[in-house]
Amino acid sequence: MKITPFAGTALAALLTLSPAAQAHKLWLLPSHTVVSEAQWITVDASVSNDIFDVDRPFPLQGLTVTGPDGKEAPVDHRFEGHRRSGFDAELSEEGSYRITLFRPMYMAFYQLDGERHRRRGDSAEALLREIPEGAEEMRLSEVMNRLETFATVGAPSDFKPVGKGLELQPVTHPNDLYAGETALFRFLVDGEPAAGVEVEVVPGGSRYRDNHGALTATSDDNGEIKLQWPKAGRYHLEAAYSDDRAAHPKADGRRLQYMGTFEVLPL
Amino acid sequence: MRPWLSLLAALFAGVAAANAAAAELRLEVDIPRMAVAEYHAPYLAFWLKHADSGEIVPLGLWYDDQEKWLKDLRLWWRRTGRGQSRPYDGLTGATRRPGTHSVDFSELPALSDLPEGDYQLVVEAAREVGGREVVRLPFQWPATGNKTVRADGEQELGRVQLRLAP
Repeated sequence: MKITPFAGTALAALLTLSPAAQAHKLWLLPSHTVVSEAQWITVDASVSNDIFDVDRPFPLQGLTVTGPDGKEAPVDHRFEGHRRSGFDAELSEEGSYRITLFRPMYMAFYQLDGERHRRRGDSAEALLREIPEGAEEMRLSEVMNRLETFATVGAPSDFKPVGKGLELQPVTHPNDLYAGETALFRFLVDGEPAAGVEVEVVPGGSRYRDNHGALTATSDDNGEIKLQWPKAGRYHLEAAYSDDRAAHPKADGRRLQYMGTFEVLPL
Repeated sequence: MRPWLSLLAALFAGVAAANAAAAELRLEVDIPRMAVAEYHAPYLAFWLKHADSGEIVPLGLWYDDQEKWLKDLRLWWRRTGRGQSRPYDGLTGATRRPGTHSVDFSELPALSDLPEGDYQLVVEAAREVGGREVVRLPFQWPATGNKTVRADGEQELGRVQLRLAP
C-alpha cells in the first residue's frame, strides 16, 4: 500500500518501467464512444488504482485527436485539476477519431554515493548532461508510452498505423465492441506485428471489487490477441513490450507500453 | 472467614492469577508470495468481534504510515478504523513481506478484561494494486485448554492460525 517516492508524481507514473501490470494505471475516459451525430465529447485523464475512478492528474503534453480524414480535431478546455486532467474534443465528421497521448522519453538510472537515482527527460543528450559527476552504473533507457481511446460518429472508419513504438491495430473496430463477442486486436512495434506482447485487461469499477479481475493474453506470431468481452462496460487494456531498438546509441534498450480504454456495449 | 469461604477465595484468586499470567492469544499469518509485476506488501488489520453483542475489540494494524490507503481495509475501516486516529489501537507495526508471521496479542490490556463468550478473530488484508480479503476464526474466550483454530485465505492471505491457552 505504499507509494514509492518515484511513483509519487503523476508524470513518474506515466514512465513507470514495469511489465504489463502497472500500478497507478493511466487512462483516458471518453464521455461517449459511439454517437449518431456530430458533437463534442469530454475526456477525463487520470492516474489511479481504481480503474476509471479518478485519483491524480497528469500533464496532457503530447495529446492529439485525429479525425477520420487524418487531420487533427479541435480540443478545448484542457485543464489539469487536483484529481484529474481533462479536455473536450470536437467530433465534427462522420467516422472514427483516435485520441492519443504519446510522449517518448528517456530515463537514466545511476548510483551516486551508494544511492540509486533516476532521471527522466525528453532529450537523451540533455539528460546525459544532467547526470552528476561521480555517478556510477549509469544506464539509459528509452520509454515510449502510448495512451489511447477512440470515438466514432456514425459508421466506424479504419485507422492507419502510426508506425512508431507499440500500437494497437484494430482488426475488430474499437467502437464496434459488444458484450459476449470476441475482438481481435493486433499489436505492432514500429509498424510491424509483434509477437509476445503481454496484455492485461481490467474491467472498470475495480473500486467495487475485491480483486482486479484482469484478463491476460500474449500476442501470437501475428501479433494478435483475442478478447472475449464478458460483459458490457469500459475496459482498461495495458500492453508492454521491450526491445533493444532505442534511437539513441547510448540507450541500452526500449520500454514500450500501450494503454487503451475500450467501451463494450450491451446488445 | 469460614474455612470453606477462604478455600473458595483462594481458588478464585488462583484462577485470576492464572488468567493474568498465562491467557494466550497468538496468531500466525501466512502472507502469500504473488507473481505480479508490481508488489506492495498488504495492509493487515486484526480485531475481535463478540458473537452476540457485535462489540469490536481492535487488536492491531500493519501499515506503512500512509493513511491514504487505510480506507481500503474496508471492513476494519467501517467497524473501527474510521473512528480512530494515529496511533491506532492494538499492536501496530509496519507491513510484512510474504512469509509466515507470528503476532502475540496476549499482553494487550483489552484482553485482560475481555468478557467471556463466543468471538470471531477477524483478519483483513488489502494490497495496493492487488486484492482484499477477510478471514474469520471463531473461538471461545477464555479457552478451556490449548486450542488451535485455523482458516485459509484464498488470495491475499494464506493459512491463518489462532493459538489459545487458558
